[in-house]
Amino acid sequence: MTARERVAGTVANYVDERTGAAKWAKKNLTKVFPDHWSFLLGEVALYSFIILLLSGTFLTFWFDPSQREVLYEGSYEPLNGLHMSAAYASTLHISFEVRGGLLMRQIHHWAALIFMAAIVVHLMRVYFTGAFRKPREFNWIIGVGLLTLGIVEGFLGYSLPDDLLSGTGIRIAEAIIQALPVVGTYIAFFAFGGAFPGEAFIPRIFTVHVLLLPGIFLALITVHLMLVWYQKHTQWPGPGRTEKNVVGYPLMPAYMAKAGGFFFIVFGVTAFLGAVASINPIWLYGPYNPGQISAGSQPDWYMGWLDGLVRMAPPLELHLLGHTIPLNILIPGLIVPGILFTGLALYPFIESWITGDKREHHLLDRPRNVPNRTALGVMSLTFMLVALLNGGNDIIATTFHLGINQIMWFSRIAIFVLPPIAFVVTKRICLSLQRADRELVLHGRETGRLLMLPHGEFVEVHEPISPELAWKLTAHEQAPALALEDVDARGVRRAGGLKNKLRKRISAANAESIAKPTANDLKEIEHH
Amino acid sequence: MSNEIEAIKDPGLPAHVHRKADTDPVAEKRAERQVAILFLISALGTLLFIFAYYFIADDVFVFLPVMGNTNAHQLLLGLGLAIALFFIGAAAIHWAKTLMPDEEVIAMRHTMRSDDEDRENFVATVKERSAAAGLGRRSLIKRSMGLSLGLIGLSPLVLLRDLGPLPKDDLTKTSWMAGTRLVTDPGDRPIRPEDLEIGAVAQVLPKLRPDQKRTLNDIGKDAVLLIRIRPEEFQLSAERLSWTYDGIIAFSKICSHMGCAVALYEQTTKHLLCPCHQSTFDVPRAAKVIFGPAARPLPQLAITVDAEGYLIAQKPFNEPVGPSFWERSS
Repeated sequence: MTARERVAGTVANYVDERTGAAKWAKKNLTKVFPDHWSFLLGEVALYSFIILLLSGTFLTFWFDPSQREVLYEGSYEPLNGLHMSAAYASTLHISFEVRGGLLMRQIHHWAALIFMAAIVVHLMRVYFTGAFRKPREFNWIIGVGLLTLGIVEGFLGYSLPDDLLSGTGIRIAEAIIQALPVVGTYIAFFAFGGAFPGEAFIPRIFTVHVLLLPGIFLALITVHLMLVWYQKHTQWPGPGRTEKNVVGYPLMPAYMAKAGGFFFIVFGVTAFLGAVASINPIWLYGPYNPGQISAGSQPDWYMGWLDGLVRMAPPLELHLLGHTIPLNILIPGLIVPGILFTGLALYPFIESWITGDKREHHLLDRPRNVPNRTALGVMSLTFMLVALLNGGNDIIATTFHLGINQIMWFSRIAIFVLPPIAFVVTKRICLSLQRADRELVLHGRETGRLLMLPHGEFVEVHEPISPELAWKLTAHEQAPALALEDVDARGVRRAGGLKNKLRKRISAANAESIAKPTANDLKEIEHH
Repeated sequence: MSNEIEAIKDPGLPAHVHRKADTDPVAEKRAERQVAILFLISALGTLLFIFAYYFIADDVFVFLPVMGNTNAHQLLLGLGLAIALFFIGAAAIHWAKTLMPDEEVIAMRHTMRSDDEDRENFVATVKERSAAAGLGRRSLIKRSMGLSLGLIGLSPLVLLRDLGPLPKDDLTKTSWMAGTRLVTDPGDRPIRPEDLEIGAVAQVLPKLRPDQKRTLNDIGKDAVLLIRIRPEEFQLSAERLSWTYDGIIAFSKICSHMGCAVALYEQTTKHLLCPCHQSTFDVPRAAKVIFGPAARPLPQLAITVDAEGYLIAQKPFNEPVGPSFWERSS
C-alpha cells in the first residue's frame, strides 16, 4: 500500500464510519448517463445559474440597494454633479472604480441571458422529444416554474441599477399591477410603499432578487436534479436501447470529467462575452426620472414577447359603474401569459388524456414521429416569435426604414394567422419526413452510382442501410386512434358525449402517420 | 408467409470500436501531451488575468478593429479569465474523450411504482397510525386545529399591511392648482408665451413654494409638455380651446397607457409618440389617440397667463394623470 493510498483510506474510513457513504457512492459512481448533445442544454442552464450566484455575490459587496438621493462625484465625467439614487451611483462605482467590477457586471448580465436561453431551449428539447411523459411530469412542472421565476428574477435584476431604462420597466410593471380590478391600486401601493416610484422598491426587489428567489431556485433545481438522478435520464432510441434499460457512460470518470469540464467551458464563454461584448451600459442611460425617457426602450429578450403583446393590444378600456378596467393592459399583460403558462404546465396531462397512454416512457420520440405535438410546439413558438418581433417594432422600424404602424398591423394580423399555418406546415413536413424514413428503410440509400442495364435502361443503385439505422428509424410505436364508444355495452349513451367526441377527434388526428416499414415489407421487397 | 406483422429486429448494441489512443502508445502519449498543453494555456490565462489586474491602469484605451476604442484593463482582465476557465474545460473534455474509458455500458431501469406488497403495507400503516391518533374520531380537535391553522395563516398578511399607505387620493391629485406657475425642467424658471416659438415643445413642472422639495413622485405626476402650434390649427371644442393660450397647449407627459414619459414630438405631423408602446396622440385634437394601445387621450392642463405675463395653470387637472386603475371613474 502506498502512502497516498493509506491517507485516502484513512479519510474514506473516517467519513464512512460516520455517514455510511461508501454504499451510496459505490452504486452511484458507476451510474450510467446516456450521451447526446441535446442533453447538455439543461447543463448550460445549471452552470449559468452557478455563474450567476458567483458573480452576483461579488456585485453585492459594492452595490448599495437604496433610493436615497446622492450627489455623484465619481470618475465618470458626464454624470458628475448630478443627483441620483445610491443604487445608480454604486452601480457606476462598480463599473468604473472597482477593478473587475464592470467585467463581473457584464458576466452577470450575460449569464442571465444565457440562463434564460438555455432554459427555453432545454424546454424545447424536452417538449419535442416527449421527455415530459410519465414518470417525468413533476419535473416538467418544476421546469415551467423555473422558467417563470427566471423571467421575474431577470427582470428584477436588471431593474436594480435604477437607471432610466430599467426605471421605465418598473413603471410599466407598476401599471400592470395597478390595472388589476378591485385590488390593483392597493397592491401597487403596498408593493411600492405608496405612489410610484417612492423610495421602497429598490431595497425590496433587492431582497427578493438576491435572497428569496435564489433560495427558491436552489430548492427547485435540487429537486429537479434529484428526480433526474432517481428516475434515470431518458435516452434516444437506437440499437440495444429499450424502455427497460439505460445505455451510456458511467459517472466516473468520463461523465464526471465531461460535465465538470463543460462547466468551465460555459463559464469561459460567458467570461469572454463579458470581456468583449458590452451589455447594459447604464451610464449612457442616466439616472431614473419619471419625466424622462430614451427612445428605443427595450426589455431583455425574455421579456420582449410580453412587451410585444402589450404593444399590439387594441385600445380597449371598460368603464363600468364608475370603475375602469383596462383590457388593453390586462389581456396582453396578464390573461394571455396566464393562459400560455398554464397550458404549458398542464401539457403532459393533456397529451396523456388524448392518447390514453398511462405507461412509463424512457425512450425519446423523434419529433417527426409525433406530428401533432411537434406542430403544436412550432405553432406556439411562432406565436411567441411574432410577439417578440413586435416587442422590437421600433428598432425594426428605424433599422429597416419601415413604418411602425405597418409593423404593428402586420403583428396584429400575424399573431392570429401565422400560428395555424405553422401548425399545418409542420405537420405536413413531419409526415413527409416519416415517408422519407420509410423509403430509406425499404429501398436503401441512394448511392449516386448509375447502372446501365443490358437493354439500355439506367437505374440508380440503392444500398441497403445498416440494421442499426433500420432499427432506429422503426423503433417507435404507432398507436391507433382511441376507440371510444359513444354508447356503452347496453346501448346507453355515455355521459360527457361532447368531451368524448372532442377526445376522439384529437386522438384520430394524433394517430395520422405513415405506416412504418415492417420486417414483412422488407422480405417482400427482397423477393422481387 | 405468415400474415402476422413482424417488426424490424433490434440488432443490439454495436461492437465497441477502440480509439487510436486505446491501442497505439504513441497516440496515447500524444493525447496526454495535448491535455497537458491545454491545462498550461489555462494557467497562462490566469497569469494574464493577474497581470491585467495589477499592472494595466483602468484608464488605458486601445483601438481595436470591430470593437473600436476599448478599455485595455477590462478587456485583458476578461480575456485572461475567459482563457483560464475555457481551457480547463477543454483539457478535461479532451482527456475524457481520448484517454478515459469510453465503453458504453447498460444498466437496467426499475419502474417507479412500488411493488404491491409495499403499497398495501403503506396503506395499512397509514390507516393504523391515523386511527391510533384518533384523527377520524376526534372531530373537536380536528375542527379547532383547522381553525387555529387557518387563522395563523392570516398573520403574515396582517404583518404586510404596513408595506405601504392606502391609496386615498394620491392617484387623482397632482401639485397643479389654480394659478400655479409653469416652470422649466430643468432650470425651474417661469416661462412666458413668447419664450416658445411655433413648433417648439418644452417640459414644465409646477413652481414650488420655497419650502417644498421636488421628489420623483411629484415629477411622476406633475410632468407637463407645452407645445406651441398655430392657433388656427387646433380642432378643439370651445371649452378645450379656452384651456389653451395663444397656440400653446399643455398635456400631462405621463402616458395614459402605462405611465411612460411621452417624449417624442414630431413637429411636421404634430403627433406625440410614447416610446414604450408607440401610442400616438394627435396634438391639435386634444391628444386624441390615433394609434397604439392607449385608450384615453393625455389629460389636458388648462393654462393662461398671470398679470406679469407668465404662464399659469387655470385649475388642477380635471382627471387623474397616468395609467388606468380600478377606482378611476372615466
